[in-house]
Amino acid sequence: MTLFLSLRRVGAMCLRHLYILKGSWPRILEMAYWPAINMVVWGFTSQFFATNSTWVAQAGGVLIGAVILWDVMFRGNLGVALSFLEEMWSRNLGHLSVSPLRPAELVASMLCMSLVRTVIGVLPAAFLAIPLYHFSIFELGLPLLAFWASLMVSGWAIGLGVSALVLRFGLGAESLAWVLIFAIAPLAGIYYPISTLPVWLQPLAWALPPAHVFEGMRSLMLGHGFRADLLVSALALNALYLAAGVAVFLWVWHGARIRGALLNVGE
Amino acid sequence: MTAAIKVSSVSKRFGPVLAVDDISFTVETGSTTALLGGNGAGKTTTLSMLLGLLLPSSGAIAILGEDMVRHRYRVLPRLNFSSPYVELPLRLTVRQNLTVYGHLYGVAQLGHRIAELAEELELADFIDRPAGKLSAGQKTRVGLAKALLNKPDLLMLDEPTASLDPDTADWVRSYFQDYRDRTGATIVLASHNMTEVERMCDHVLIMKQGRIVDQGSPAELIGRFGRDTLEEVFLDIARDRRKAAES
Repeated sequence: MTLFLSLRRVGAMCLRHLYILKGSWPRILEMAYWPAINMVVWGFTSQFFATNSTWVAQAGGVLIGAVILWDVMFRGNLGVALSFLEEMWSRNLGHLSVSPLRPAELVASMLCMSLVRTVIGVLPAAFLAIPLYHFSIFELGLPLLAFWASLMVSGWAIGLGVSALVLRFGLGAESLAWVLIFAIAPLAGIYYPISTLPVWLQPLAWALPPAHVFEGMRSLMLGHGFRADLLVSALALNALYLAAGVAVFLWVWHGARIRGALLNVGE
Repeated sequence: MTAAIKVSSVSKRFGPVLAVDDISFTVETGSTTALLGGNGAGKTTTLSMLLGLLLPSSGAIAILGEDMVRHRYRVLPRLNFSSPYVELPLRLTVRQNLTVYGHLYGVAQLGHRIAELAEELELADFIDRPAGKLSAGQKTRVGLAKALLNKPDLLMLDEPTASLDPDTADWVRSYFQDYRDRTGATIVLASHNMTEVERMCDHVLIMKQGRIVDQGSPAELIGRFGRDTLEEVFLDIARDRRKAAES
């Protein structure tokens, strides 16, 4: 398979999804709704802990920051999966499959749209936290970009896996787009250090990139400095998982051409 | 004439089911060829393999001179496809759909091309309406516009007039005949409408149980079977009555 990608075709697929977004304000609202709701709920929880826990009191924004960054990963996953599900729902995969669009270009467009959806979804919540809780995640500075990128790539890897499962098993598997990512949430150390987990679970947690990111975020916010080692390990693991996600998607796509599934998928 | 399509000993197996069984045929450039057959005869499977949507279990398919299994991306910009069973995104307007597909096919002067097709296919009244809010006839015309965006050298049509009223169906057939005459394109269609096939096609491939059981021009087949219409020939084959063989 050639690695050549046409930016024009990737752009065309992004345009297809931007048209949908442009014409549907409920979708834009929905993207921003859950992160904002999550942030509000957890913000209040954080405020409560700040007056009742010495641990959280050291950095009142830790929980709010964790919620916002978790949503980056969740939106990253959903952004990929929804772009693919849109094609399944509209029974459009047959037309796309006989167009010059290559599977790798379809993947690239899904990742681009995930970035767009994540920015639309998470930024309003991040800004809302400033007047509500006097917490600005932007004060993390440049490491925020690294955390954001790392978590979004983790979301991409899961989103590609979900898309592959939907292509393989049909739309009956679509709920995985929302559910699967929560399976790793307890291991990701979003709201607590990995050392809180039972010892036997900790190696599994460290095998996941978000564990390194959230540990790094806490280190920074609790005044222990930026942990470059955690970021490097997160990026390395992400590269591995993303490569696996792309490979699985392309492998399932190839399998769909053997099974004849590309023409007959839909609701 | 050169072959636009060359199929050599192609079979397709789905587990224990042999859907297409060792078929070989050629489609001449500039011709209109029909794939005929009853339900489950292997037409859709064959069409899917010609489009590269489905990989053959064995055999070779060359489209416009290229190996469809190994080099399909060299061919795809030069062909297109229309089927009433494959939708365009319903929430996108007709113009947005054509814009997206125009970019995918790398159509030059896309705005001009869309305007041209809108005029030819009479899309102007609903070009800014969502595709999901169109009538069956309008959807068919939009599907044709998408299929013609890149001015394909090879056009594959799956039941192009299914669910259309006779007037619209007649208009669609005339359009395709005119398109072929103007551009020299090759057309392959799968259809259950024998009148349509008789009118539009130079060559007919009749499939049954995954095999090509007969082929020729509509007139040749009608003569060979001693019948008056292609529909009677089709029924003879479907019911294993081979008048020609008996005589």
